[in-house]
Amino acid sequence: MQTSQEQSERSGEHMLALIKRQRLQDGIFHRLTQLFSLLVLVALAGIIVSLFINAWPTFQKFGVRFLWYVEWDIINGEFGAAIAIVGTLASAGLAMLMAVPLAFGIAVFLTETCPVWLRRPLGTAIELLAAVPSIIYGMFGLFVFAPLFADFVQVPLRELLGGMPLIGILFSGAPNGMGILAAGIVLAFMVLPFVAAVMRDVFEITPPILRESAYGLGCTTWEVVRKVVLPYTQKGVIGGIMLGLGRALGETMAVTFVIGNANRLPTSLFSPGTSIASTLANEFGEATDLHMSSLFALGFLLFAITFVVLALAKLMISRAEKAKGF
Amino acid sequence: MASNMNPDLYRRRRLANAWGMATSMAAMAVGLAVLLWILVVLFSNGFAALDWNILTRDTPAPGTEGGGLRNAIVGSAMMVGLAVLVATPVGIFAGIYLTEFGDQSKTAEVTRFVTDIMLSAPSIVIGLFVYAIAVATVGGFSGFAGSLALTLIAVPVVMRTTENMLRLVPGSLREAAFALGAPRWKVSLAVTLRAARSGVITGLLLALARISGETAPLLFTALNNQFFNADMSEPMANLPVVIFQFAMSPYDNWIRLAWGGALLITLAVLLLNIIARVFFRDRQSG
Repeated sequence: MQTSQEQSERSGEHMLALIKRQRLQDGIFHRLTQLFSLLVLVALAGIIVSLFINAWPTFQKFGVRFLWYVEWDIINGEFGAAIAIVGTLASAGLAMLMAVPLAFGIAVFLTETCPVWLRRPLGTAIELLAAVPSIIYGMFGLFVFAPLFADFVQVPLRELLGGMPLIGILFSGAPNGMGILAAGIVLAFMVLPFVAAVMRDVFEITPPILRESAYGLGCTTWEVVRKVVLPYTQKGVIGGIMLGLGRALGETMAVTFVIGNANRLPTSLFSPGTSIASTLANEFGEATDLHMSSLFALGFLLFAITFVVLALAKLMISRAEKAKGF
Repeated sequence: MASNMNPDLYRRRRLANAWGMATSMAAMAVGLAVLLWILVVLFSNGFAALDWNILTRDTPAPGTEGGGLRNAIVGSAMMVGLAVLVATPVGIFAGIYLTEFGDQSKTAEVTRFVTDIMLSAPSIVIGLFVYAIAVATVGGFSGFAGSLALTLIAVPVVMRTTENMLRLVPGSLREAAFALGAPRWKVSLAVTLRAARSGVITGLLLALARISGETAPLLFTALNNQFFNADMSEPMANLPVVIFQFAMSPYDNWIRLAWGGALLITLAVLLLNIIARVFFRDRQSG
């Protein structure tokens, strides 16, 4: 009796020690994994702080005026972000104008009209195309798209509309295939598969019972899309569009090849311009002092703009996903 | 019954439907046509440029004939390989934290949010950041700096896929392991992570594919190198930057090499994506 009680006490102590050890190990494991996940936050903070520090000389010299100062004069050291910001917003905006309706059509086709056996292969093809590196789109734009664009779009459009008052100015400029509109179109090609894939995923969130009820009431497919699926997935669709916009704003390679890289404010759809990312790609290698600091300032602005857009996109999508559970 | 029907309204609705379906089909056709066009251009130009010299010779000097992409291929492989090697443990551990410990914690929520943003953050800004912290301060342009930039892009991808895949593991599996008295770390590593293995590997492959084609972050970090170099503390040639430089050049053989390189990268990226998908599907159903 005595010994067995001793034994059980000892094993109890042993147990306690084991639990203690496991607690410690678990604590270490918890902190270790947490440390790794915090690296992402550290990287984010690092990006913001290091870009800001490097951009400081420019912010100090030009102040807030840097945002709307229309000048990029490397020789005289006068720098403003307006030209690059306008180019970035214009090319990305044009891209979304073209890509969103197309992506919407593709998503509707893939979720509603497409025969079931074709859905998977077509959906996979779209997803694969979203993975093609952006430099491919840039090369395509430079070597194939730009020459065709000059001959078959710029020249006819300029002849047709160039003489008209008010809108004529939109279509003036040298028809060499480069420029804001060309960059916008190539960007549209690039973000199209991405936005289409996100929209399709969002459309699929709609509970089948809602769709079936609408069909049961005698709705046409189009009415189901317009009046059931779209209102139900509204936030997710907007989120997907903004996710695409975030990509388009920060894209370097697809834009740099075709935007024309001119540090002037674009006056027409055909005039060459520059975006923040393409300015960085082109000039960073040779930059010194204030020029380099101004490039960092541009990078800082780009990061701030895309951060806001992506954060809004993320909020929209997570709200849409929450709505899924009624 | 039929007399109750408003034929006008019915016709309008039918028309609207036909119009909507027709435009959606047209959108699909236009989208596919454009994307096919891009692939056809890439494949025809790329295959025309492919020969053994691409693998055996280094990038040519300006104005010289011939040449290949050997140094760029090796440089890319080394930088991408190192980046994935570093990003794998970091991403997986961080993903484990988000699923196993991060359900009630505010920090985990913030981390998840930031990771999602970093997934789509402009890669050129990541390049600027690495330039500021590594290139300008100590190392100068180097393969390590390039690798660091790629790691920063790969980690969020690995992290998020790991998290999503771990969430698919049924809770009963965890509970069974806990009931046997296994500590948390053992449950996470030996049970949950194991059960989600195929999904996690899929995430790694996707991260690999993603960083293989990245150009912008390498411009200011790895720079380029005309010669063969396996020393990662020196500037390193890499496919994307070589393609960028050669495509913009006036030399015909450079442009030809750029197409060849573009094809190689695209094939690698598509192949990795397809392997990831097939791998994941087979394991899921098996």
